[in-house]
Amino acid sequence: MEPVKAIEMKDICKAFGSVKANEDVNLTVYNGEIHALLGENGAGKSTLVNMLSGIYTPDSGFISVYDQEVHFASPKDSIKKGIGMIHQHFKLVDVLSAQENIILGSSKDGAFVKRKKLAQEIKKLSDQYGLDINPNKKVYEMSVGEKESLEIIKVLYRGAKILIMDEPTAVLTPQEIKRLFEIIRNMKKQGCAIIIITHKLNEVMEISDRVTVLRKGKTVGTVNTNEVEVQALIEMMVGKKIDLAITKEEIAEKELLMKVDGLYVVNQDKKHALKDISFSLYSHEILGVAGVAGSGQKELCETIAGLNPAEKGRVFFEGENILGKTPQEIIRLGIRMGFIPEDRLGMGLIGSMDIVDNIILKDYQNAPGMFLKRSRYHEKANRIVNRLDIQTPGIFYPVKKLSGGNIQKVLLGREIDSDPRVLITAYPVRGLDIGASLTIYDLLNEQKRKGVGILFIGEDLDVLIDLCDRVMVFCGGEVMGIVDPKKVTKEEIGLLMAGGRMGEGVRHEVV
Amino acid sequence: MKWFSLKKREELPTKKAWIIRGAAIVLSILCAGLVILLLGFNPLVTFGEMVKGALGSKIRLTQTMLKAIPLIVTTLGIIIAFKMKFWNIGGEGQIMMGALAASFVALNFPDMPRALLLLCMAIAAVIGGGLWAFIPAFFKAKMGTNETIFTLMLNYLAIKFVTYLQYGPWRDPGSKGFPKVADFSQNAILPNVFGLHVGWIIALVLIAIIYIFMNYTKKGYEISVVGESLDTARYAGMNIKSIIITAMLISGGLCGLTGMIQASAIEKTLTYSLSAGMGFTAIITAWLSRLNALASLFVCVAFAVLLQGGAYIQISMQIPASVADMIQGILLFFVLSSEFFLQYKVNFHFKKAKGVA
Ligand SMILES: Nc1ncnc2c1ncn2[C@@H]1O[C@H](COP(=O)(O)OP(=O)(O)OP(=O)(O)O)[C@@H](O)[C@H]1O
Ligand SMILES: [Mg+2]
Repeated sequence: MEPVKAIEMKDICKAFGSVKANEDVNLTVYNGEIHALLGENGAGKSTLVNMLSGIYTPDSGFISVYDQEVHFASPKDSIKKGIGMIHQHFKLVDVLSAQENIILGSSKDGAFVKRKKLAQEIKKLSDQYGLDINPNKKVYEMSVGEKESLEIIKVLYRGAKILIMDEPTAVLTPQEIKRLFEIIRNMKKQGCAIIIITHKLNEVMEISDRVTVLRKGKTVGTVNTNEVEVQALIEMMVGKKIDLAITKEEIAEKELLMKVDGLYVVNQDKKHALKDISFSLYSHEILGVAGVAGSGQKELCETIAGLNPAEKGRVFFEGENILGKTPQEIIRLGIRMGFIPEDRLGMGLIGSMDIVDNIILKDYQNAPGMFLKRSRYHEKANRIVNRLDIQTPGIFYPVKKLSGGNIQKVLLGREIDSDPRVLITAYPVRGLDIGASLTIYDLLNEQKRKGVGILFIGEDLDVLIDLCDRVMVFCGGEVMGIVDPKKVTKEEIGLLMAGGRMGEGVRHEVV
Repeated sequence: MKWFSLKKREELPTKKAWIIRGAAIVLSILCAGLVILLLGFNPLVTFGEMVKGALGSKIRLTQTMLKAIPLIVTTLGIIIAFKMKFWNIGGEGQIMMGALAASFVALNFPDMPRALLLLCMAIAAVIGGGLWAFIPAFFKAKMGTNETIFTLMLNYLAIKFVTYLQYGPWRDPGSKGFPKVADFSQNAILPNVFGLHVGWIIALVLIAIIYIFMNYTKKGYEISVVGESLDTARYAGMNIKSIIITAMLISGGLCGLTGMIQASAIEKTLTYSLSAGMGFTAIITAWLSRLNALASLFVCVAFAVLLQGGAYIQISMQIPASVADMIQGILLFFVLSSEFFLQYKVNFHFKKAKGVA
């Protein structure tokens, strides 16, 4: 049987002012196919799928859905055609329950909703695709993985047969990703067409049937996943071969920079987010933090940065307890934090301001006088743009108009370039392409060479092992152990992350 | 079946945006003209009279500017608060409290040297208006109260308090039973410069100061950051409470200064009707200026022309006040909706109703 063309995009062009986001892009997706979109940050992936979901209108080119040409004037038109889009930033109403979010904005049965019928329908959909969701749970109580499931049910409820996901895995834990992939495979079995954007090549290899690669707004080509090697995909993306190895340099000369001692932190629900955390951070080292997301990493960062009060404990920096100091005082001491939250623009950047105004965010207070001295930072802004290869028309361009990955590079660039003494980075490479991730690792290594102590909160165990001098493993707000990555395996770290105690198999050093 | 749907627009090129704005003004004039015609007046003559009434002679031009000056100063105050997403709709009350404080000084020290007295009045007004804005700012910063309701209620408190003073303790015994506060001494009245009270210079200087303040100073930058994202401000180590309070002291202080200008140069005393809705009008002008201090000059002058022209045709053409209000309403309606259409795109579905949609 000839496969059914779910989507065909032909010669699509889209420009934003002088930026050509898409130029003659072609994409065909069949029913029962999982199609991955791959490309560097700013290559135009989000722009392309946003035209499918009716958010943007192409400047030229054709889109057809099930062999019928369409012109979407709004997301509603696209939904009517059976296209469901799940955005990188969830669009859910926090205070409403799952069920309420599902009916919100769907015009299915007019103004009144028959709750019972709805509950049945949700149940049916969840069974059909193997989704697991409690319809009465409020969104603010949900984990990221649950929110993802809810978003999927939401679009399925509206009758979506074509599912588009823009970087769904960037903020999920490995377990959640596994579950998501099962759901996607289920949908594929039911004949749905799925487009997935991800920067993680192993995911592309694992889940997709075909891959379309974009580079600088143009289609490089479409290949069958089982006929291609990772290296070849990278070459298509970047246009040249790159070396994926992460270097690690041992530097013998180390001195104590920061000492965390018996730190307890209570979260909003009056539960302990951190329990009796103690560790030391030395100069010239990268201390990795491994753990399932939500095991207290965020609280640890925020407490050290002075954003979160501690219940008890001490954090010594150069012999002085910094707990209780204001964030500004801590910034002045040279402790910098680059936390990449689930919502990139939520904390750390101001979307409507340009790159320069975002670069000065943490330094402007140190300059004397009452005026902002922006021109002093032009050079720094340019340096960050060049070094991290930020795709932007210039340093006076509003940050929110950049692509997701490039937004993030602005934040990281600012923190790394600030000559810190201690640098805390949490999930720095979330949503960054391969090249940019490697650049970030290089920059971190460069800082380490300069004597900075780096606390690196990561998710990819391979990276943690390759990059870090020591790895501290978190589980449920507690330190399970601090290990030497040269002496342990991934599996052993995984065991600790799951709450296994230090013991037989795992050799460790307690610092 | 829905007949139309709305969609948030991608940002329009500046040129296209201005074309839409221009079209809105043309349309509003056409529409207002039609209404005037239906009411039995000649639209061309009416508009001509409006322009003549607002700009036609030196005296009328002066009248227009007298309306523009307090509007500009108030608008500047509102801009600062709105930039921080602090919805200060308490301009009225802050104007009143400013006027009250200035009047207190003027009435108690009528013989102070003129320059000194005016300076003291201005300072008192800034403090009065500032304090009136400080109250909701303080509660917002400390307890997270909603400033919209708070500032709105403080308006009535201020106006009623001034009414009480005017009818009660501050009533001028020399006014033969007429409920009125005593007139200011000559020293408490703002001097004229080129035939217009010195408020116009104050307004121009303030525009420049606020523009520089918002765009080139640390405090202005902090206010913008707090308005955009509290989390980011916190993360950057900003002292959010102090920023909210400072900004509101400035915002309320500017509104208070308006009160002093009006009391001193226009009313020459304190009256409970002195704010005349300016605190609310300034909200519109602040939005139309897109919270830009320089733009507020043009927006406020245009607004004053509309107000003055409307007032003039009532007298010159015997057009009822309601018609003048209607013309203003229509113009405003179109200009404000053009701002809406700049942000949203409307799609009509009736043609394709059966087919695709
Ligand atoms: N709303 C917009 N206004 C202006 N420029 C935009 C807008 N959206 C995207 N762009 C530009 O279009 C280009 C492509 O952006 P897009 O978001 O499609 O990239 P992407 O491939 O999704 O990248 P990432 O992996 O970083 O998310 C970028 O250079 C970006 O700056
Ligand atoms: Mg993207």
